[in-house]
Amino acid sequence: MLAFLVQRISQAVLVMFVISVIAFAIQDGLGDPLQEMVGMSVSQEEREAIREELGLNDPMVVQYLRFAGNAIQGDLGNSYFYSKPTLEVIAEHLPATLELVIGASLIIVFLSVPIGVYSAIRPEAWLSKFFMGVSTVGISIPVFLTAIVLIQLFSIGVTVDWFPADTGWGRWLNDVFTTEGGLPSYGRGDELTHLFGTWESGFFTTEGILHLLLPSISLASIMLPLFIRLIRAEMMEVLQSDYIRYARAKGLSSGRIHFLHALKNTMLPVITVGGVQIGIMVAYTILTETVFQWPGVGLMFLEAITRSDIPLIVAYLMVVGLIFVITNTLVDLVYGLVNPTVKLTGKKA
Amino acid sequence: MKKLLTAFVGSVALAATPMAMSAEATKELKMAYDADPVTLDIHEQLSGGMLQLSHMTFDPLLRWTRDLGFEARLAESWERVDDKTMRFKLREGVKFHSGNELTAKDVKFTFDRLKQSPDYKAIFKPFTGINIIDDYTFELVTGEPYPLLLNTATYIFPLDSEFYSGETADGKDKSAIIKHGNSYASEHLSGTGPYVVTARQQGVRVEFERFDDYWDTESPGNVGKIVLTPIKENATRVSALLSGGVDFVAPVPPNDLDRIKRDRNAELVTMSGTRIILFHMNQERVEAFRNPKVRQAIAYAINQEGIAAKIMKGFATPAAQMSPEGYQGYNANLTPRFDVAKAQELMKDAGYEDGFTITMMAPNNRYVNDDKIAQAVAAMLARINIKVDLKTLPKAQYWPEYDNRAADMMMIGWHADTEDSANFFEFLTFCPDADTGAGQYNAGNYCNPEIDALVDKANVETDLDKRAAILQEVEQRLYDDAAFVPLHWQDLAWAAQKNVRIEPVLNVMNFPYLGDLVVE
Repeated sequence: MLAFLVQRISQAVLVMFVISVIAFAIQDGLGDPLQEMVGMSVSQEEREAIREELGLNDPMVVQYLRFAGNAIQGDLGNSYFYSKPTLEVIAEHLPATLELVIGASLIIVFLSVPIGVYSAIRPEAWLSKFFMGVSTVGISIPVFLTAIVLIQLFSIGVTVDWFPADTGWGRWLNDVFTTEGGLPSYGRGDELTHLFGTWESGFFTTEGILHLLLPSISLASIMLPLFIRLIRAEMMEVLQSDYIRYARAKGLSSGRIHFLHALKNTMLPVITVGGVQIGIMVAYTILTETVFQWPGVGLMFLEAITRSDIPLIVAYLMVVGLIFVITNTLVDLVYGLVNPTVKLTGKKA
Repeated sequence: MKKLLTAFVGSVALAATPMAMSAEATKELKMAYDADPVTLDIHEQLSGGMLQLSHMTFDPLLRWTRDLGFEARLAESWERVDDKTMRFKLREGVKFHSGNELTAKDVKFTFDRLKQSPDYKAIFKPFTGINIIDDYTFELVTGEPYPLLLNTATYIFPLDSEFYSGETADGKDKSAIIKHGNSYASEHLSGTGPYVVTARQQGVRVEFERFDDYWDTESPGNVGKIVLTPIKENATRVSALLSGGVDFVAPVPPNDLDRIKRDRNAELVTMSGTRIILFHMNQERVEAFRNPKVRQAIAYAINQEGIAAKIMKGFATPAAQMSPEGYQGYNANLTPRFDVAKAQELMKDAGYEDGFTITMMAPNNRYVNDDKIAQAVAAMLARINIKVDLKTLPKAQYWPEYDNRAADMMMIGWHADTEDSANFFEFLTFCPDADTGAGQYNAGNYCNPEIDALVDKANVETDLDKRAAILQEVEQRLYDDAAFVPLHWQDLAWAAQKNVRIEPVLNVMNFPYLGDLVVE
């Protein structure tokens, strides 16, 4: 276990080092941070003075060494835009993103497992076919489109008058397709509960949850079809295996077979994929957060790019790298719990 | 006598009570802009967003009215003492948010600080000093006669000198202007304005509450609380308005104008703006551009009205000069001169019938539809055999390229900070001079010392009619010379719920006077 952790930590350090070097190397292509800091009519002299003060005129290597020296002491520099340490800025924005990911994950878990299992057990049922059809559509629609459609339907609302309103069925169909709207379409709302540190949570008030609803659904829409299909495929394979047949022959109840014996082995690959997908989900939050003006790290990162806020960009990339390393480590640990035959450090079993 | 006066004032106040009651600030306004203020220090950056904040939390000595006239605010009155000095009388009894009273020393403090600010010092360069006569009287002095003295005074938002003086607990100067990193002034604010900042999380929201002791008791404004949320994404901002999540949004993207017009609950207000969008033709890089005939040919080849109608969807006013209507330099005779046959003829006369190839650069996220406009211009130039190699970039990468003059034709949009024509010429057509900073954004390298001399003459002409005549002549000569390719003035648009009466508080400078906003 200790060897495993040491190995992982040294991996993390290496990842961070590589990310920081890459981020530093591309910063010239990210534009001039001065442009966002001063007005258009400020003279070149003034600009030069500020550039000198910020140390932007030093050779890249000098800048990197200065950065690395501070980074070792846990100081990743100050954001130009927020005028605060970058880690503080990220800490302020991270809870919003994590809550969004949690919200989306809850939707994924509570929908994909039952739907996946059901459509594996009854592949011929019309409901299974319906789920499979919808999930194909879902997987092929980009997240921002889903988001905009959701906003139009549930925040702004649509009035439908395609059917003749003077007939009973026409009125009924119009009513079916007409939506009220009213759900919040941006931000996290006013009623946040302070948990600890910089964590303000939206999970404890109705308003907070309402604000979470549309963004979580949009974010989940990307991963949900994938997980449904994955669970279905794995489950179908497991159901063919000998030990399930043996369990059936033994006369175990079908609930016990499906949800205890089959599901456990189904989940192994799902956990692996899930761990990687959580990392990818962090990337998708950038799109979701932009559409919903969700004040998380994704939005913060995108704005940092448009402002050429280089210290914040570098710090964000490093933190995301760290998150990837941590989630992968956790996945490996959980894997060990679910399947005791897996050994962490690759020793012979 | 004084007692009597006080008694009188008291009775007026009593009589006015029912009126004051009706204007009581109880409404809440949720607004969404594309960005929130970068800092609370109004001298740290000169930008539209910061001026908006200045008008909400401070008051200027005087401010622009809708038709570009002046309206007295903290200065009650002003008079010219001689051609270099203007004497101002301050309003009495004005309180800062901190409770301190506004006097001439606060104005001096503000003036001195503006002269230190990297963003403002250029604007205040013509000023040599400020004389305090008494607590409520002061004089602004310029080195030369300066016709734009009042224009510039609209940038003086008096700061609370006591509040911003001295040292913080950790020994930093409270008045310091720091562009990056924390300063006292970037996080604390005390002005005389209608709103006090009560909470702020950068990039997420800013909350304002009406200042109880606001001096302007005649203001009809009845908004007690404002929540400003930055929503960068255009579609989201519009959705937030249409879904009732916010009451007031700006800017409104041209693509959504119709959608808002059709909505039952929303109201749209548009106005012709003052920001000119233009292309420079770099004479240093392209020899052909040194020939006035080639430049004129390009001017004849561009269809400004087509761009305004088709690409901008009518959301722009086609331009043939830099000064928008209302500016002193605006020359009503100058109109877009689209005529392809004439353009081809000019190219032939210049000996470039077969054309040539040039490079072009434009930003793709700075101005409304900037990349599409550049594509249209490139297509129009193809008709006179000028082949364009176009590259569009995000603004963060575009401006460094602009500073390097990296392409033969480059796009720029310009708004005159002084709301005056001369500012356009100084930055965009003056002979470039690195030492004086003249022609800092003149990416065409166009240089005509005669025109520069005319503008310099206008800048010391305090007779405004004469001055206007000179500036209009300048526009005419630049037009005849085809010094640059003007495209249009970008329109402005705001939208609000029907019960929010935004129209009366809007203006072409794009800083709504929210202190006077009425919500029904």
